[in-house]
Amino acid sequence: MERRYSLGNEAIAHAALEAGADLVAGYPGTPSSEVIDILRVQKDRELHVEWSVNEKVAFENALAAAWCGQRALATMKHVGLNVAADPLMTSAYTGVTGGFVIMSADDPFAHSSQNEQDSRCYAKFAQLPCLDPASVQEAHDMLIDAFALSESLGIPVIFRPTTRICHSRSDVTFGPVSSDHRKGEFRRDPRQYVVIPAHTRILHRKLDEKQPLVVKAIADRGYNRAEIRGKTAVVAGGIAAAYVQEYLPPSVSFVKIGAYPIDPSWLKDVIRKHDRVLVFEEGDPIIEEQVLQVAGTVPVRGKKTGSVPLEGEFSPAVVASILAKEGLIPQDAVPVPGKSVPDLPPRPPILCAGCMHRATFHAMKRVFRDGIFPSDIGCYTLGLQLGAVDTTICMGASLTVGSGISHSGEPRDVVCTIGDSTFLHTGIPGLMNAVYNGARMTVVILDNRITAMTGHQPNPGTGETATGEPSPPVSLEAICRACGVTFVETISPHDLPTMLDVMKRAKATDGVKVIIARQTCVITARKAGIRRGVYAVDPEVCTGCETCVKFGCPAIEFRDEKAVITGLCSGCGICAQICPSGAIGKEVKR
Amino acid sequence: MTDTCDVLIVGVGGQGVILASNVLGEACLAQGRPVKAAETHGMAQRGGSVECHVRIGGTLGPLIPPGGAGVILAFDLLEALRYRHYLAPKGRMVVNRQMVVPTSAFMQGLAVPTVEEALGKLQDLDLCPLDADALALEAGSPLTQNIVMVGAASPHIPLSAEALKAAVKRSVPPKTIEMNLKAFQLGRDAAASCR
Ligand code: SF4
Ligand code: SF4
Repeated sequence: MERRYSLGNEAIAHAALEAGADLVAGYPGTPSSEVIDILRVQKDRELHVEWSVNEKVAFENALAAAWCGQRALATMKHVGLNVAADPLMTSAYTGVTGGFVIMSADDPFAHSSQNEQDSRCYAKFAQLPCLDPASVQEAHDMLIDAFALSESLGIPVIFRPTTRICHSRSDVTFGPVSSDHRKGEFRRDPRQYVVIPAHTRILHRKLDEKQPLVVKAIADRGYNRAEIRGKTAVVAGGIAAAYVQEYLPPSVSFVKIGAYPIDPSWLKDVIRKHDRVLVFEEGDPIIEEQVLQVAGTVPVRGKKTGSVPLEGEFSPAVVASILAKEGLIPQDAVPVPGKSVPDLPPRPPILCAGCMHRATFHAMKRVFRDGIFPSDIGCYTLGLQLGAVDTTICMGASLTVGSGISHSGEPRDVVCTIGDSTFLHTGIPGLMNAVYNGARMTVVILDNRITAMTGHQPNPGTGETATGEPSPPVSLEAICRACGVTFVETISPHDLPTMLDVMKRAKATDGVKVIIARQTCVITARKAGIRRGVYAVDPEVCTGCETCVKFGCPAIEFRDEKAVITGLCSGCGICAQICPSGAIGKEVKR
Repeated sequence: MTDTCDVLIVGVGGQGVILASNVLGEACLAQGRPVKAAETHGMAQRGGSVECHVRIGGTLGPLIPPGGAGVILAFDLLEALRYRHYLAPKGRMVVNRQMVVPTSAFMQGLAVPTVEEALGKLQDLDLCPLDADALALEAGSPLTQNIVMVGAASPHIPLSAEALKAAVKRSVPPKTIEMNLKAFQLGRDAAASCR
């Protein structure tokens, strides 16, 4: 036993070591990424850890290991489970022999996501158990138990921490790392692993027959519990339970939900002991719907009555004000915010000083003045601030949205941007499809050789694996050519004239054109010790035209009618290439 | 428990806000106190506004309600203004007298308060302003300004200076321990004049 101050994801990673995980695979996605980032550098346990090319790939790798009797974990963010939904649904039918846990990290409030979907719906959809922790310690303990639960029921288990679990810290008790290692062994059984119609119909019935066992197993574990203290009950799931406990008076019953499916007879028994019930849960009204099914005439308040918000995430302040509105706590128990200052300039996240994306967007905007810019998911989505991102929906969709727009009859140039990792994740089919079906568009692959936004994870283009083993870097040029693209040009975004020239040629060429803009991410370059000379503005020459300021580099400030370059400069040199007066140059060492 | 203390640390991505919060968390562990904290990751790291909640003695949720922070450590004046409503009525704000102007404000020509205007908008608070950047340089590196801030806040935080210093040692890169301990002390001394 060891006590540590630990990040939620660190506790989850350690729990995987304690549980004896043999294989862990995932695709980076906030807020899930640190689990594998920690596992891939730890030395306490030998196991196979990989960053897979996408979530479906990760899922299937982990599933197969569990078929071979190993303990396997697949990690992803909630929207990653959409990509892995195909194997998810049928893995419930095939079942597993070794424990298989799917960590799908939800992001209420979409802090860094394209939507607020609720992974508990997938659990219900696939008829799989789901564990929903309310604290970092519980996340740690539940993950270990999830493996045992999966093995005892013979089905995968979904583990659903939210941002405020993954990215919160607390004092946590860790147990010892497991020294149990299982060697995988595939036991041939086509009736279980070959889901032809004749087999799958039987497997479906078996899954249905298992459901009462699932309900009982969850009930036995005590994750769902009730403290009957009065005639009103507050039911809370996940981290909402922690917020509720901060304010709930001792005269109100507290029902904590931490796992699904909820035993309906237990729930009915608890609810019917009350005159009134209020339900708190982030995400969809899943607990609430189940409470409604068993409540009979007991009034139930929650998302469906408009008492609790349907969207976003909770906070102690939100929960307290609802409890007060419902008359469960006095109004003066609700914390009162201090005075705030109106109309402050916002401070949104911004591309780093010297980021290759900014230079590429700048060139794109110059060459394709009235172009349409479908984009994708990565740091470069921040190109929105530069007017270079017109659409973003999900991973890989820049290319497919681009070809759809080109087929719609829209006459303007379509220029798609997609990062290297996103291109490998789900971009390639869209490119192949665009060529095959005769789309007209330019594709700019923003190739910084790393999965940057989620914390700089390596990918098949990087040349090394998650654990730092060398691997053959895939050739984006060869992939694009193999998809049938004849115009494939690779450029450095730090060389503005060449980039402009290649883009002009792409504009003048018909069909699908690919430009690979390649330059190391500033952060990985810095970590690798690459130092470029920094730039400075000559105040005598600067006319204060603000061309460089509009470029949007965080290293460029504007003071007393002159541009100034600060210590953030990483030496890309683009500002020097765009300054109309030639006022910017390499700083001369004194 | 009456001695729970909610500390909000705010600043700009890249200023070491999370490391500062880790020092408080590690110090809690050293003193055997429970602690809960929440931090901003992901997109906000790219130079965006960053907030860390640390609930010393906390056993439930990690988030501090607006109006609930006993102490705010603001690494930047603009962020001090943005988060001042989190301060509890009797709370204290320790603020670095510096402001990083957001790039988008330069690009769009947005009005940005001056250092003096910003300090003026904080005058009604129990305020401890200090020049953490200068003290960090004195300690040996501008990167230690986060530990200067922790030092400056330390008299108002229910954790011992010894536990905090031990936590600094655990949290910073080994080569920078001496420098950071000096930064802690410089911050602590500077804040002594605030009372
Ligand atoms: S992390 Fe890398 S890719 Fe992301 S904004 Fe910074 S330089 Fe660009
Ligand atoms: S060279 Fe210019 S554009 Fe590039 S990082 Fe430095 S200041 Fe920014």
